[in-house]
Amino acid sequence: MARLLGIEIPNEKRIEASLPYIYGIGPSGARKILEQAEIDPNIRTGELSDEQLSQIIHIVNSNGILIEGDLRREIQANMKRLQQINCYRGILHRRGMPVRGQRTKTNARTRKGGKRTVGVERNPNAKKGKV
Amino acid sequence: MGRSLKKGPFVDQKLLNKIDKMNDSGEKRPIKTWSRRSMITPDFVGHTFLVHNGKDFITVYVSENMVGHKLGEFSPTRKFVSHGGMGKK
Repeated sequence: MARLLGIEIPNEKRIEASLPYIYGIGPSGARKILEQAEIDPNIRTGELSDEQLSQIIHIVNSNGILIEGDLRREIQANMKRLQQINCYRGILHRRGMPVRGQRTKTNARTRKGGKRTVGVERNPNAKKGKV
Repeated sequence: MGRSLKKGPFVDQKLLNKIDKMNDSGEKRPIKTWSRRSMITPDFVGHTFLVHNGKDFITVYVSENMVGHKLGEFSPTRKFVSHGGMGKK
């Protein structure tokens, strides 16, 4: 397993498919990086030379591509800002609702979490026979 | 699609006049407004707005972080509803 940019260790796959294992680099980002580094995307990650690996690291660092912890921190900071100024998007974040105007009458389970059955509980003090 | 940069941020002219006047005279009074569509510009910072939400006027104190948002984002038009439990009644 090759070590790249600190923690990441994907291997045995084509470099184009390995790079997206890094949080913050997706399929298209990987292609762009490899194009700039002039590396054939079909080479297996393990067969890359040290030079080529450092070339990739250099491009990620110099292009200001945020990855892993830095990216997560930035996303957290953005969410915190929205919540702190109390705008509509911030409120939706706080309530764990979808933020971008999706429907919530049905679906939205990714944001809202697992299914919860709701309903009014019957008052135990209510008189029997009276419905 | 975003708004063309050429035009600059949209602010209702009436509201802009009011703020300019208050900035010139240095006084601070809540501004009652229906103009939810107005973008918050740096001039707004430190003022208090009463933004209509269709029913009431919600008090919004504008801080620096709010620049670039619209007034309406701070005045929710919907009421979040949840099912009441026994304890609520």
